[in-house]
Amino acid sequence: MTTVEIHERLKARFGDDVGPLSEAKIDPWTVVKKERLVEVCRFLRSEPDLAFDLLEDLTALDWPKRNAIEVVYHLLSYGKLHTFKLKVEADRARPVVPSLDPVWKAANWLEREVYDLFGVEFTGHPDLRRILLPDDWQGHPLRKDYQEAGGWHGISNVRENPLVELKRLDDAKKPPAAPAAAPAAPAAPPAPTAKA
Amino acid sequence: MSKPKHPRTPQVPGRTPRGVVLATLAVGVGLPLVLFAAILVLSPVTKPAMLGLFLQRALGALGVPVEPASWSPTLQYLLYGVSVLILAFVLINFGAIISGMTVWWEMRVSSRMQSRVGYNRVGAGGFFQWVADAVKLLLKEDLVPAEADQLLFKAAPYFVLTGFALTFVALPFGESLIAADINVGIFYLISVTALVVVGILLAGWSSNSKWALFGGMRSAAQVVSYEIPAGVAIFIPVLMAGSLSMQEIIRQQGAWPWQWFAFTNPAALVAFVVFFISQLAEGNRTPFDLPEAESELVAGYLSEYSSFRFALYFLVEFGNLWVMAAVATTLFLGGWQVPFVSQEAYAAARGPAGALPGAAWWGLQILSMAVFALKTLAVLNFIVWIRWTLPRIRVDQMMNLCWKYLVPIAFAAFIFTLGWQIAVTRLPGLGAATGVTLFAGFLVMAVFFLRLTFRNLSAVGDHVDLTNW
Amino acid sequence: MEKLILRRVDRNNEEMVLNFGPQHPSTHGVINFIVETDGEVLKKAIPDVGYLHRSIEKIGEAVGYPGFMPYTDRVDYVAAMFANEGYATAVEKLLKVQPPPRAQWLRAISCELVRIASHLISVGTMAMDIGAFTPMLHGIRERETINDLIEELCGARLTYNYHRIGGVAYDMPERWRDKVLHFLDHFDRFLEEFDRLISFNEIYVRRLANVAVITREQAIAYGLSGPNLRGSGVDFDVRRDFPYGAYPEFKFAVPVGHGFKGCSGDCFDRYYLRCLEMGESSKIVRQALNSMPDGEFMAKVPRNIKPEAGEAISRVESARGEMAYYVVSDGTNKAYRVRVRTGSFMAMGVIEDVSPGLMIGDLVALIASLDVVAPEIDR
Repeated sequence: MTTVEIHERLKARFGDDVGPLSEAKIDPWTVVKKERLVEVCRFLRSEPDLAFDLLEDLTALDWPKRNAIEVVYHLLSYGKLHTFKLKVEADRARPVVPSLDPVWKAANWLEREVYDLFGVEFTGHPDLRRILLPDDWQGHPLRKDYQEAGGWHGISNVRENPLVELKRLDDAKKPPAAPAAAPAAPAAPPAPTAKA
Repeated sequence: MSKPKHPRTPQVPGRTPRGVVLATLAVGVGLPLVLFAAILVLSPVTKPAMLGLFLQRALGALGVPVEPASWSPTLQYLLYGVSVLILAFVLINFGAIISGMTVWWEMRVSSRMQSRVGYNRVGAGGFFQWVADAVKLLLKEDLVPAEADQLLFKAAPYFVLTGFALTFVALPFGESLIAADINVGIFYLISVTALVVVGILLAGWSSNSKWALFGGMRSAAQVVSYEIPAGVAIFIPVLMAGSLSMQEIIRQQGAWPWQWFAFTNPAALVAFVVFFISQLAEGNRTPFDLPEAESELVAGYLSEYSSFRFALYFLVEFGNLWVMAAVATTLFLGGWQVPFVSQEAYAAARGPAGALPGAAWWGLQILSMAVFALKTLAVLNFIVWIRWTLPRIRVDQMMNLCWKYLVPIAFAAFIFTLGWQIAVTRLPGLGAATGVTLFAGFLVMAVFFLRLTFRNLSAVGDHVDLTNW
Repeated sequence: MEKLILRRVDRNNEEMVLNFGPQHPSTHGVINFIVETDGEVLKKAIPDVGYLHRSIEKIGEAVGYPGFMPYTDRVDYVAAMFANEGYATAVEKLLKVQPPPRAQWLRAISCELVRIASHLISVGTMAMDIGAFTPMLHGIRERETINDLIEELCGARLTYNYHRIGGVAYDMPERWRDKVLHFLDHFDRFLEEFDRLISFNEIYVRRLANVAVITREQAIAYGLSGPNLRGSGVDFDVRRDFPYGAYPEFKFAVPVGHGFKGCSGDCFDRYYLRCLEMGESSKIVRQALNSMPDGEFMAKVPRNIKPEAGEAISRVESARGEMAYYVVSDGTNKAYRVRVRTGSFMAMGVIEDVSPGLMIGDLVALIASLDVVAPEIDR
């Protein structure tokens, strides 16, 4: 079935809870109201013509300008060999979306990743904790306004420019410059800059 | 095509320098020869009967006359004690050196099997690599984990080493070349190798690491379990020979393959297989190397060891290959029996009891030692081949194999042998006939195996190249 | 601070709780498992990932479309061509650009050669984890030849950066075709030798058959893909079912696991499928080399890639499963979001549910048979 036909079926079943198909921006999608998300997905999975048995991907997009986080679901059917894309919008300040773990087990880890990197809370998820980052990490990195904390437990993630660092270490090793070496000194600096 | 000379990289010589090759050959051939010669001379000489005569001859040649008959018992015991200590020293060195050379051989064989070049830097053919490794291990930092049980952690390798070193006392290197011809030789060997379990268990437990504990437990279960089929399989040659003494078991066999115990009794052939498998398990060799399963437990019970203690474990593991092979050769493959040389020949060459034996006797001893060494090395090679071919079996499969298969089979072979021994006394030709038949069958299988090997080689477009050394 | 994962195991009773990793000698990378065992038998094995997280998806938002191509190599550095192809296809969808036929053929050839190389590592390390050291080195020896061939093609042995948005970077060198065909002749015989050496070895089969069975329903529910999915009996292959590139032109079989030595979905099926797939890839490369079209190897793509605002997803059949690239563009020359969906990530999710009742040796076999690599999981 084509995307348009699938969308027609959804619209027929769920009416206004399923948004219109987006303009064909290469891959069209439809926005679903998050309250009906689990039902919509159960329908998509169990309906014999649709038979979306694979949750291919579950990820999120951060739209700070619209103050929303969209959670994107890619579905695929092994039997019918068609695909479909759903989106759910959540408020950026406190994003809460129902979990699809009861429908597809694949959602378990995928939702943990979205929670980890975007901060979206999935209600009904059996074990919502960070997956890629350490448990006590502050912040959600894939958000557009994420500021790096500059380190974690004393491990810094900033480093001075290696050229500056090496020069500093070399200077610390050399003995203090004697006055006799002064005539040689002016000759030295121009050479590196000439090479640089 | 000449190799372009890149100005900055050093020109690596394509062939090993002559000096290195000569040094390697000198040590590689010379060192074992020296050790074997030492065993050859010292083993018979350190018996009380011969010691006095030998010292008389040796010191007499140096111009110091001694009269052994006039020695007091204390002096005799003292000299005997000193000579035995020297022999013990030689044997322990033998064990260590053989272990090192086994490492080299194993690495060479494995590299060839795996299409790699293998050791080729330290000495011709990488022969001195084990020396380099040993030196490196000695120079490493000796870490003892803070949480580990200090005394047990440090003591564990010595149990293992003791269990290993004590076995050399009863190995029959030649017709009269055995440090102590204990009349319960094989029983002594089996009991002494059980010390190794203690060492491994202590190592795993005292490391205070869960993975090391796993390894120690697995190994203890494995070694203890496989003692049973090994022990029962040993009954069969003992029954056939009528004695537990190592030399006696060999004397009851003949020199030709169809006179070996392995072929003169069908149950003995089965027992040989059971014994071989059990020895692999006791030595922690693949396919039974679960205690050191690298991909699961890193190094298992050895994980926390470093430096010399680690070296001790490895020394014992590789040295055990020699012991395993030697025991298998002794029990089933005829030991040191030289073809065309009968028992009477040895006695005839020995001469009168009151004098030192002549050159003929020493020549026979050298022959018998060579036969023993060759057979042991062949079995050792086979053990090495198996390690690099087969995967590892799982713990429960290993226990299943032991208790559900090997033990019943070994017992069945034992019961069969009881009947067989009676049959052999009634039908005199039975043993010889079976020997010839089974050996012929073995030859046929060997031919088939070689043909299959060559066919597989050419199927993949490969060929045997013995110059690829 | 106690790790939250430890709250999922009960540490007060008699079972041992161990860390299986993150450093362990299997080459599956830095992955940690919290393992709760009763002696040798596991109660639970919970994967703990994230040790190799390099924020590749965040980097995708900063470096621009062509600049991201080398980063895709690092998503799965054992089989990097697929990542290249997936990303290039996704951006080509956004740009509405079709790579020329020669480029698609070259992509297929390079991808299938890399599939062979990746499967050699997979089956080799699986054999090594089970304890047989030799097959791994034989596999590495063959992989070296493939590395040399790919190095002639694109200059790199591991992280290729070969595909470009709009085509490929370089054309086939002279006489490369003959070298590849010569290698494939040798390789087909090598596969038989490999099977004789290890695949049907009794000990090996006993270690893998009927071990860690993943049923068909579990495989589909957990989103497994590639050989993991086919090993459980689901006949799905992206190259055949959602064809892309040059694959419609080639005839190849898709092996599906029906219980070669045990039951469908056990470790042996997943292992043996990879051996069979290597043979199929060899056929594809031969067909591709024999039917290679002439022409350009790179389409006309603007230097400053600025697709119109939109979203595109592309899926490729990587060695480890289905790799999907979801690229969101907002009209500027930097991507708004690059998302990589990898097969290994989904495969990790199934371990916790399959592991109860396995032994430690079986856990090793399970992880090896799922062919997970840490960079794909953590990105």
